[in-house]
Amino acid sequence: MTGGNLSKTLKDLASDPAWLADPAWLADAIRRVERCPAAAAGLFPAVGRRCGRGPLPDPGPGLADWTVDDAARVILLAAIPLSGTALAEQLGLLYRYGDAAEKRAVLRALPSLDVGDSEVELLHDAIRTNDPRLVAAALGPYASHLDDEMWRQAVLKCVFMDIPLRSVAGLTERADRELGRMLADLDEERRAAGRTMPADAVALLAHVARLRDTEEAG
Amino acid sequence: MRIFDPHIHMTSRTTDDYERMAAAGVRALVEPAFWLGQPRTNAGSFTDYFDSLIGWERFRAGQFGIRHHCTIALNPKEANDPRCREVLTVLPRYLAKDGVVAVGEVGYDSMTPDEDEVFAAQLALAIEHELPVLVHTPHRDKQRGTERTLDLLKESGISRGRVVIDHLNEVTVDLVAGTGCWMGFSIYPGTKMSPSRMAAILSRYGLARMLVNSAADWGRSDPLLTRRTGEAMLAAGFTDDEVDQVLWRNPVEFFSQSGRLDLPAAGQPAATFAGNSILRGGG
Repeated sequence: MTGGNLSKTLKDLASDPAWLADPAWLADAIRRVERCPAAAAGLFPAVGRRCGRGPLPDPGPGLADWTVDDAARVILLAAIPLSGTALAEQLGLLYRYGDAAEKRAVLRALPSLDVGDSEVELLHDAIRTNDPRLVAAALGPYASHLDDEMWRQAVLKCVFMDIPLRSVAGLTERADRELGRMLADLDEERRAAGRTMPADAVALLAHVARLRDTEEAG
Repeated sequence: MRIFDPHIHMTSRTTDDYERMAAAGVRALVEPAFWLGQPRTNAGSFTDYFDSLIGWERFRAGQFGIRHHCTIALNPKEANDPRCREVLTVLPRYLAKDGVVAVGEVGYDSMTPDEDEVFAAQLALAIEHELPVLVHTPHRDKQRGTERTLDLLKESGISRGRVVIDHLNEVTVDLVAGTGCWMGFSIYPGTKMSPSRMAAILSRYGLARMLVNSAADWGRSDPLLTRRTGEAMLAAGFTDDEVDQVLWRNPVEFFSQSGRLDLPAAGQPAATFAGNSILRGGG
């Protein structure tokens, strides 16, 4: 899903706020952030307490694994009246001082914000963690800005951490023979140890093998 | 027996401890920010530690079905190092977090003017952020330190019912019992309280505003001494309900004043966190 589509889905959500525990609180928080972007420092952490933390009911396209606080935080970030490096600086602070839920929301917001590819370092940070919520969120649509080496390592890490591969945006389109080789090597190690691969990784391996066969036939 | 350990430093403990605690009935805990044995030398060292308390350690506890909360502060020992003072400026960011249920550990170590200043500044932050306060009482000169703590609390204007004064013993409990503050006791081998002495204090002073913790950390300590204290209470003739008041309902009542406690509904088994990479080993 593109950033533009994500923005539209979020606009639809914002226009009918019945999914929020306290819609008035979020509306006020948005007004405060519009007036003073730095106010986000105190408001962003409070979103879970004020809006709810459960799964997003009736999620739109691309929001399948999102929680209420994810969506509310991304809407709040979209209200920050900054762009370019000024926006990047605010996002960097919110991510740096965020707990896991806040960091995940920043990662999920990236495709819909006016920051170009400047925030790819946040993805690197998330992929270095050992928290499946952050690793998974780093592989959303914004991961198109990751170079191929880092992207393959991150997909392999998902397999290693049992993160469902449906979290990886554009997986079958981007999966290549080198990722296939890495998965096959992991599969070999797992077999030697008497362990198995997750079903979605087995399916991905089969997909990459078909690609190879097609390329070789062609 | 359901147990809420209101003071335990899980950063220093292993996954074996989490497993044994869950099996012993520990379902929730509070990890106060404190020193780590090795002194820190800059503010960044604190922020990485605070990040761990609101992030990684919460996640780790969740793997074992234990709800993790924390308190955040510049501790009194490191308040004396000017290189660490800068951390006071980033505390407001952390005091806004979901998992932060009090300001602490604040208090005295050597009772220096620096400690006075940092303690008072953090009491003001607690009032501003509407958070309770966890006060450490010093290991040395504990009686004088407890008195000086009570004086400073009075000056600050904070409501006494929102403060727990911790690491009390048979001598210092009398100073606090009539003040309206909550009373914390650390059941810790060698230097603090033991389960049987704790049961005797509860028999004498009653159960109201009493908190019992293991204070387990990087020293020789035992995260199951909360459970052992519950057993000592039963042996001393307390009922199951009275044990539940001390080991669960009292800490819930105290930290609920933050508005941020996140506990499983009664009767439901605690769900583990999303993902399972700790149970399998690191990624």
